[in-house]
Amino acid sequence: MEGSSAEAALSVSANSIRITDLTQDGDVLTFAITSQKLNGSAGVCVFRTYEDFDWLQQSLFSQENVPGLQGIIFPPLPPKALPSQLNMQTKAFKQLGFLALGQDWQSYCKALEFYLQQVATHPTLCKCKALDGFLINSESPGKQRGRKGIFNRLSQAVEEMRKESHKDVDNFFQNERNRNTSIAALSKVATEKLLDVVMTEQKLALACGHFSTSLHLCVNQDDADAVAFSKVCLKLSDIIEAVKRNYEKVANNNLTTLGLGLDLESRYQEAEKEMLFRRTCKLVELETVKKGTEKAKANKREVMEAFQKAVEKEFNLTSSVAKQEIERFHSSRVNVLKNFLIDWCEQQLNTAKECAELYSQHLEACRNMYSE
Amino acid sequence: MVNKAAEAVNKMTIKMNESDAWFEEKQQQFENLDVQLRKLHASVESLVCHRKELSVNTASFAKSAAMLGNSEDHTALSRALSQLAEVEEKIDQLHQDQVYADFYLFSELLGDYVRLLTAVKGVFDQRMKTWGKWQDAQMMLQRKREAEAKLQYANKPDKLQQAKDEIKEWEGKVQQGERDFEQISKNIRREVGRFEKDRVKDFKVVIVKYLESLVHTQQQLIKYWEAFLPEAKAIA
Repeated sequence: MEGSSAEAALSVSANSIRITDLTQDGDVLTFAITSQKLNGSAGVCVFRTYEDFDWLQQSLFSQENVPGLQGIIFPPLPPKALPSQLNMQTKAFKQLGFLALGQDWQSYCKALEFYLQQVATHPTLCKCKALDGFLINSESPGKQRGRKGIFNRLSQAVEEMRKESHKDVDNFFQNERNRNTSIAALSKVATEKLLDVVMTEQKLALACGHFSTSLHLCVNQDDADAVAFSKVCLKLSDIIEAVKRNYEKVANNNLTTLGLGLDLESRYQEAEKEMLFRRTCKLVELETVKKGTEKAKANKREVMEAFQKAVEKEFNLTSSVAKQEIERFHSSRVNVLKNFLIDWCEQQLNTAKECAELYSQHLEACRNMYSE
Repeated sequence: MVNKAAEAVNKMTIKMNESDAWFEEKQQQFENLDVQLRKLHASVESLVCHRKELSVNTASFAKSAAMLGNSEDHTALSRALSQLAEVEEKIDQLHQDQVYADFYLFSELLGDYVRLLTAVKGVFDQRMKTWGKWQDAQMMLQRKREAEAKLQYANKPDKLQQAKDEIKEWEGKVQQGERDFEQISKNIRREVGRFEKDRVKDFKVVIVKYLESLVHTQQQLIKYWEAFLPEAKAIA
């Protein structure tokens, strides 16, 4: 390992990184990021926009002198949020999915927070100078446009996509690619289906609100019977309000725990897919070079063999880093999902208990009132 | 006398000469109630519709979670995901039960009352017609009496008897008309009184049943979540 990467260690505690506030000015969201310095108890607070996050991600992609960089599974950065375009029909909304639904951008901030924590706890990426600067410099990285990350998938030509199904030489990787293809697709679908559930729960809450309001409008004091009917309508209105609040809570629980968790898992599977694809491309390159070397004329052979050795070395380095990354990913993702599942279950359980209590009280009151 | 008759005819074609304010008030109240109940009915239909949609989406999510669980290599996580799918399936069943409750408790009740109000309006109209018939009879009696008076002066004894008979006939009809009108008015008062008490009673019964279904659903949910929690915690 070169010395330069060992020096640039992170100066703040990775687990202390939080996004504590958010301000919105038109389409521009500014995030307040706090962390604790490792030496002493001083806290740091900086303000960053999405462009700054993007700059950080590009900086991570384009690091030099990091052996096997292409074998790293880069923590996925959530897509950019454009508040003005966030109505249900736009592509922007569909892209953000769960992250668009949280109250006051809560889920979106949480997702960005996870991103920073994942970068900061990554054994290699935490050493990147850009990360430290991002977290502690009062000046934002600015509108610097460093060279675009060489790993920008969107810029890859269509022909390159065919390489995705290229057969592997290593069973470990072939299995991992197969597994990743399947899980990535399934977790994406599960995330979308849960999103549908949450949106319907929110619609249901709205419908309850309308019903409750309509009941309120039935009140009139014309005579004794009308007054009696009004009382009944008001009671029902209260009950339907409680039903509405329950649906809102249930939807919010789904959103902030399981929804967030599935979204993260889904994006992380995509990040692994991108890493595996980079390695596959390297494999294809190596096999192409090998063939070229075999066919080379004697006078060119030495040069070709030297070149082949270099490509092979890089490929092996990438593969070894990739293997470590995959193992690390397997254990961490299980832990992450476990925590989300526990959170989800506990929150829904609490909500159900509170709600059961409230409904029981209403029932008791009604039975007493109406038995006269 | 002729003038008064003409006036009565005018009033009849425009509106009934209501001597009892109670009927006018009630009619207005029922107009309002009809509007309100239709709105409530529409609200409940919307609720039922969305809950059905939620049931469909929940089932769909359950399936996707099951598929995810099947493809997962990590044993405990796979198991947890499969349990998640089962919990969601059970929740879907709860949604379906709630749809049933919403529909059979509220939607049907409100629908019934909207139909009932239409019938009540019909009965009010019937009373108006009965009043009209009574007024018609009174007018006819008046005419017969005038005709008799004319015959008296014209001294036509043969036609006089017929006129007297007709007067008797129409006097009978006037009395019958008045009796019919009073009877229908009394019936309406009684039926309306019963309707208003029943309405309150019916709603109270439905509210209690609805609350019972809500409590039951929540208790089931608590069971499901309590069963799932150890599964989630068991993921190592």
